[in-house]
Amino acid sequence: MIGLGLLKAMRVTLRNALKAPFTIQYPDRKVGILGAAKNEGKSPVGLVATKPVTAAKAAMSMYSVPVNIPQNRRFRGNEFTWYEDRCTGCASCAKYCPLGIIEIVTSPGGFDVQEGESYAIDVFDIDIGRCMFCGLCVEACPYDALHMGSHFERSKYERNALVIPVDELRQALKQPSSWFRPQFEERDYDPFRDGENDDHYQVGRHEKPSDETLDQRWVEER
Amino acid sequence: MNSPFLENSLFRNIYCYLASGSDDCAARGYDIAILPAGLEWLAFTITAFIIINIVINAGLGAVIVYIWGERRILGRIQNRTGPNRWGPFGTLTSVADAIKTLFKEDIVPDEADRWLFNIAPILMVFPVLMVLSVIPFGVGTFVVDINVGILFVIAITSMSGISVVLASWASGNRIAIFAGMRSVAMLISYEIPMALSLIGVLMLAGSMSLGAIVDAQDIPFILVQPLGLFVFLLAAQAETSRTPFDLIEAESELAAGYLNDYSSMKFGIFFLAEFLATIVASMLIVTLFLGGWRGWEPIPSQIWFAAKTVLVLLFIMWMRFSWPRLRVDQILALAWKGLFELTLINIFVTAILIAIWPDPSITELLIMSAINWVVFFISIWAVSKLLRPGDYTAPEPQTDSPAYPVATDELPDEVAYTGGATR
Amino acid sequence: MTTQVRTEPITVNLGPQHPSTHGVFRMRVTFDGEEIIDVEPIFGYLHRGSEKLAEERTYVQVVTLTDRMDYVGSMLNNQAYMLTVEKLAGVEPAPRGVWLRMIASELQRIASHLVAVGFLIQDLGAWGTPLIYTMREREKILDLFEMLCGARITNSYLRPGGVFMDAPDEFWPAMNEVLDELPPRIDDLDDLLTDNDIIFSRTKGVSVLTPEQMLDASITGPMLRAAGVDWDLRHRDPYDFYDQVTFDRPMHTAGDNFARYWVRVQEMRESIKIIRQCEKLIEPGPVRPLHDDVPWLLRPPVGDAYAAIEHSKGELGFYLVSDGSISPYRCHVRAPSLINLTLLREMLIGELLADMFVSFGSVDINMGEVDR
Repeated sequence: MIGLGLLKAMRVTLRNALKAPFTIQYPDRKVGILGAAKNEGKSPVGLVATKPVTAAKAAMSMYSVPVNIPQNRRFRGNEFTWYEDRCTGCASCAKYCPLGIIEIVTSPGGFDVQEGESYAIDVFDIDIGRCMFCGLCVEACPYDALHMGSHFERSKYERNALVIPVDELRQALKQPSSWFRPQFEERDYDPFRDGENDDHYQVGRHEKPSDETLDQRWVEER
Repeated sequence: MNSPFLENSLFRNIYCYLASGSDDCAARGYDIAILPAGLEWLAFTITAFIIINIVINAGLGAVIVYIWGERRILGRIQNRTGPNRWGPFGTLTSVADAIKTLFKEDIVPDEADRWLFNIAPILMVFPVLMVLSVIPFGVGTFVVDINVGILFVIAITSMSGISVVLASWASGNRIAIFAGMRSVAMLISYEIPMALSLIGVLMLAGSMSLGAIVDAQDIPFILVQPLGLFVFLLAAQAETSRTPFDLIEAESELAAGYLNDYSSMKFGIFFLAEFLATIVASMLIVTLFLGGWRGWEPIPSQIWFAAKTVLVLLFIMWMRFSWPRLRVDQILALAWKGLFELTLINIFVTAILIAIWPDPSITELLIMSAINWVVFFISIWAVSKLLRPGDYTAPEPQTDSPAYPVATDELPDEVAYTGGATR
Repeated sequence: MTTQVRTEPITVNLGPQHPSTHGVFRMRVTFDGEEIIDVEPIFGYLHRGSEKLAEERTYVQVVTLTDRMDYVGSMLNNQAYMLTVEKLAGVEPAPRGVWLRMIASELQRIASHLVAVGFLIQDLGAWGTPLIYTMREREKILDLFEMLCGARITNSYLRPGGVFMDAPDEFWPAMNEVLDELPPRIDDLDDLLTDNDIIFSRTKGVSVLTPEQMLDASITGPMLRAAGVDWDLRHRDPYDFYDQVTFDRPMHTAGDNFARYWVRVQEMRESIKIIRQCEKLIEPGPVRPLHDDVPWLLRPPVGDAYAAIEHSKGELGFYLVSDGSISPYRCHVRAPSLINLTLLREMLIGELLADMFVSFGSVDINMGEVDR
């Protein structure tokens, strides 16, 4: 019962205790004087000389700097990214949603007659409170108009506030995740590195070919 | 005022500034007096109150720091950071916890025996604070140095078992009853090795007073009494129900054991008593085995004492966070079949050595310690051999041929997955 | 004069709110002293009607339900479901997709076993230290899943005939790094736990189940292999490409709690071997069939199919009945957690209260799958 195995166990815990912790502190990280000086853009000596209060706080581990949590670009996040110019109002996403939380109301738009009549989106509500972020709506979208977002901080005090109305969806930060969007990964787009992408021409798989391409295809190759 | 009390520098410094007429004080060079002559009794009472306040509050403060420290150490051992948000290095976290505990709703269950239910926490914390009164924290820094100190400590600490039983019975909860039963079995069993493990120390020091024991430690008794320390460490862990022996409040079995129905500050007091008991246990280990406040000169003796206590606490934490819990029958077997024998061996060997060298010099103490360490390893090896359950050799992984015949060795084709539809 | 001490059994209700019931499980236990003389398991507190909900969903939408059944083994659940759908609809899976889902499910098996081992030791009363160590390793695997499919627990990575999308470029080096780090960590676990005398004496000879008992109760998985029965569907009835990889099947003969723990630790090492082989054998190509072959609204022919995989907990099977429409007519899950729990009574009677939750934990159940 009292054997070497117990001492072995204590050796493992001691070895782990001497390692750096693997905790990711969120939303901010406590740093020492060196970290504080880096955050303030000064040398440690300069920090102590110019801002002694800050330096003292940092020495007592009371100084915090904001953290960026490392995330992967396929992260299925909140705040759906929606490009209205790409959306035809076909409601594939609404049909494909396992929970039926997307509500779409359209009316005849009266433009774009050449390619078939396009519809104006009157209502595009996503009830985030019931969403499980499976991403099937994004998979279903044939025109790549709807993308998963890359955020996850959307705490609200009321359930109603969790519904994303169409106006908010229009103005939301266009930072699409590359979930089910291989074209993003092909051109190495990372929402966390590259930030906003509000150019709706660049987000689709099926781009309208340019005039040169059409010329090449229809005139030169024939 | 009789002079033995004035040996205590803590007492003397307060008392002699209050009382003027005392000859003893005058003899020690105190000439300032606040109270007029004839009020020595008042000076005595005020001094006693102040000292009690200092010790109790220092104990509570130590618990606050200890809880923070334990959480930080646990964090480090588990590769986490531990609490670091509130206050410098997160030190105010346990203060916040204490305030939160105070403001919780105090619930007494309907089926509880109100009177016993309320008195149990007090009974739990009271003996632990009593033990603090006999521990010498430094040169002349103690509350009282009674000549049967060890006996007092053992007698007082055994009261904590009663309070656990009271708490578990009074809450009228079946799960708590299990904790009560376990505590009776375990605490009583471990009283015996705990008391017997100190006999070697008593024989070497020739006194039961903790102050005299510290004085007697020309070399720390850890060298001369390794078996005694080993048994006392384990028994103290059991008495304070720390992890290898924490089956009284085994979280994964009994939720919180006898604490199940306690809330608010009653729970807080239990919690405090438990942590204070750990601190007191390590203080006792320091006093009895590690030379107490003795150290090298420029650093004050109180600092030496505190540093040694922290060291023992760190070791206890390390042990606590590395090992899982023993089962109740194994714990009792360890007490009666293992530790009890070890203490008997220790007493026997120490008695023989004392008979050879009745008044040992340091060289003779070192020879004794060499013999004792040999005995330590041999006896621990023998006892662990005795207690160890049988072994089995780890079997080799199977690469072919089933070890146990299964009904159909080859699956019929129609059941096997072929990658297409069945029909 | 003799007095007779009269004792009577005490019935205690443990759960559904209890720290170590692995979810919301309730046991009405009768004790004689500390010894268990009767156990009545009561479950259903987490019943969400997944099987019935599946009848209202299209075949692809059901993936999201399987994620939530055994939430520490989502990839494995997805795999079992997709195998059944492929069998039902006669879909020929894309090879690269199959390799990818084998890698994903073996990673998930490691993660699931890490959780099982960690919580088993937690039930033994360790102060969370081994649990945090195992969780730390699992975290790395979950990061890999986030790289693959954007979610950590509720993956929904698999689709009929493969996976939804090829692994990103950064996945392979990250996976190799995790696999390089894992074996020393498992050795650490061995040092910390397997050689630990307290754990050994706590788990040896406790809750022994014989092979006959377990075969009668159709128990599968590491529990069965811990008693020396060589039953691993990856070897007996190779699905996907398991016939192209070689791996050992760790087996113990004791059938007690220690054997169950030991088998799980060894299986983690075997999973690493399998992933290494998959990585060598995988070739570029499409990861799922063309949309024309497997449309989003899959309409399998009328019929039924059952396919099973070796889940980390046992044989996980899906039985689907199709009436030719876009959603299954009936869906039934052979949940290993539930079936492995059927011998709980036999395991616990005669043991002590302290071993109760250890034996319970050594079954490695997941309430999400027991109640579905």
